[in-house]
Amino acid sequence: MGVDKEKQYLSQNELEEKGILFTSIDKVLNWARGWSLWPFQFGLACCAIEMICAVQARYDLSRFGYEVFRNSPRQADVMIVAGTVTHKMAPSVQRLYHQMAEPRWVIALGNCAVSGGPFVDSYAVVAGVDKILPVDVYIPGCPPRPEALIHGMLQLKEKVNNPAKVRLRKI
Amino acid sequence: MNKNYKEMLDKHLPQDAVWTEEKDNEFYIKDQDILEVFGFLKEQGFNFLADISAVDYKEYFEVVYQLCSFDDDRHLVVKIKLDYQNPQVQSLYSLWKTADWLEREVYDLMGIKFINHPNLERILTWEGFEGYPLRKDFISQGGRE
Repeated sequence: MGVDKEKQYLSQNELEEKGILFTSIDKVLNWARGWSLWPFQFGLACCAIEMICAVQARYDLSRFGYEVFRNSPRQADVMIVAGTVTHKMAPSVQRLYHQMAEPRWVIALGNCAVSGGPFVDSYAVVAGVDKILPVDVYIPGCPPRPEALIHGMLQLKEKVNNPAKVRLRKI
Repeated sequence: MNKNYKEMLDKHLPQDAVWTEEKDNEFYIKDQDILEVFGFLKEQGFNFLADISAVDYKEYFEVVYQLCSFDDDRHLVVKIKLDYQNPQVQSLYSLWKTADWLEREVYDLMGIKFINHPNLERILTWEGFEGYPLRKDFISQGGRE
């Protein structure tokens, strides 16, 4: 194309005003991922009750597109570690995490999963699931209210949509 | 149903069985009499081994057996004192299959060996765990930073 014809082309802003959008594939994929995270149905303790409650009619997590709880790690995007992880359970949790297809995320729901909670001095409890998995979102509370889980999922959506703002830690 | 256990059982029990003073359904036996006594109690209708637990009294261990009956509301508690240094007692697996897991739990948390147990391994803690968590001298190593 010749330099003299450049003025015939419209700028991106002008195109967007006309309803034509430009984006990258990554952005579209992340946008889609962020709005349809499929959690892994995975409850270890009482926080799982709040997680169930968040899906039910009163709090209705499906408003945000996150209601598709999968029973198989191979179909899930995000593992919500809802409850106390013991050392005996830890190998299974790790294996389930590694069975999930990438990209995958982990939410630590509740004080036990965040840091060991009231059981931090116990011989049997892992002091925070971040000792064995890379955690993306921490939700404190004992147990956290369903609103807190919804807020955490929305924070994860922000993280998925803005990968430049967060750098993934390698384990 | 006669619930005076002492009257009902005492003449059949070994000489060194000792009834506790606080309760009328508890007695101590010696560890070498265990299979004989429990075999007899099972014949008497105490056909359900409800629980096995253990207590650490620092000088000795006490293993507590809870026996119930499926037929009525009878409930019996049998206790055995064991040496602290080398606590071991005969397994009840030959009488009740449920003793398998109950004894494994006691072994796991209290370190009491059950002789002739088919698979005496840890059941609650994980492989490679060291120590017996419910003993008084166990020091818990948590993950606090």
